[in-house]
Amino acid sequence: MKELAGTLGTLAWFFALTSLFAIGGANSAVPEIHRFAVDVQHWMTDPQFSDIFGLAQLTPGPNVIVVTLIGYHVAGLVGALVATLAMCGPTCLLAFYVGRTFDRFRGASWQVALAGGLVPVTLGLTAASAVVVARAADDTRVAVGITVATALMTYWIRVNPLWIFAVAALLGLSGVV
Amino acid sequence: MNDSSSAPRATEPVTPPRPSLSELFIAYALISLYGFGGVLAWSRRMMVEERRWMTPEQFNEAYALCSFLPGPNIVNFSVIFGSRVRGPLGGLVALVGLLGPPMALIIVIGALYAHYGDLPALRRALIGVTAAAAGLIMSTVAKMALPLFRNRAVGGPVIALATFGAIGIAQWPLPIVLVVVLPISLALAWVRR
Repeated sequence: MKELAGTLGTLAWFFALTSLFAIGGANSAVPEIHRFAVDVQHWMTDPQFSDIFGLAQLTPGPNVIVVTLIGYHVAGLVGALVATLAMCGPTCLLAFYVGRTFDRFRGASWQVALAGGLVPVTLGLTAASAVVVARAADDTRVAVGITVATALMTYWIRVNPLWIFAVAALLGLSGVV
Repeated sequence: MNDSSSAPRATEPVTPPRPSLSELFIAYALISLYGFGGVLAWSRRMMVEERRWMTPEQFNEAYALCSFLPGPNIVNFSVIFGSRVRGPLGGLVALVGLLGPPMALIIVIGALYAHYGDLPALRRALIGVTAAAAGLIMSTVAKMALPLFRNRAVGGPVIALATFGAIGIAQWPLPIVLVVVLPISLALAWVRR
């Protein structure tokens, strides 16, 4: 019992602290989470971490739910809840107050300039992340074809991307990709 | 899906419709459950294209703000949007909608995997889905960039392309690129405000 409380405490402070440095999304924290969970705490082996990361990618939803599964692996359902709350709670509170301040000063010149300055940089970063994802995913011609076809179809046609994902999953499953 | 497209937009073309708490919850639960390969694309699709709760410009602004805050981007986004339209409770409802379903799902998947895990098959499927997800992010970024290029705001497109080139193509380290690009972008925005 005392041991469980200690583990939960470790999960809580580690993920709360890590989230504060995770600028640009949860994935930027993955190397640090890997170091702590595998090398420092010995909560899991390297292959187990890879499996957990893979399962999180397979599951729809924000990338941050990899943290839920790590918490679950370490301390069951309570661990899952504690880890997720710690990872999202502090930063959500911060977002709440920043968002409110931002809305309160809507139209103020510093606010217009801040938004106008951040938007182009963010778009550049997001476009770059698309290329990084594509580079990691597309090591066969079929995979490149899937990426290009998805980009073109979802840009020009009002097709639900879920259908495209289903076809892509089947292509992957059958070993064509 | 497009049930709100005929909402009171005709009488009030400037103000987008304001979702109720339950609409907010459902929208964010759907975003998370559709969200294979990241939730940004599905978030924009829902907020801008399907429900039309935000204009493309409003979406870009809120997303940019969230990208520079610590923590998961779209999780922060859900809190900011939810609390903007329905106060603190709205922020909480959007957050629970976004996190609740995938948390339940991943715990079930994790437990099933522990018992019968067949990751090789799932991994093969994932290779295809990841390739498609990369394409979906590309078309989403292209759509997000449209207002920037349409407004011809001084320097905006140049900053976006330079950031993209430095990180996506030249693969320079992110902190160095940001230290250079961010002050220039903010200064340009201050001048043209």
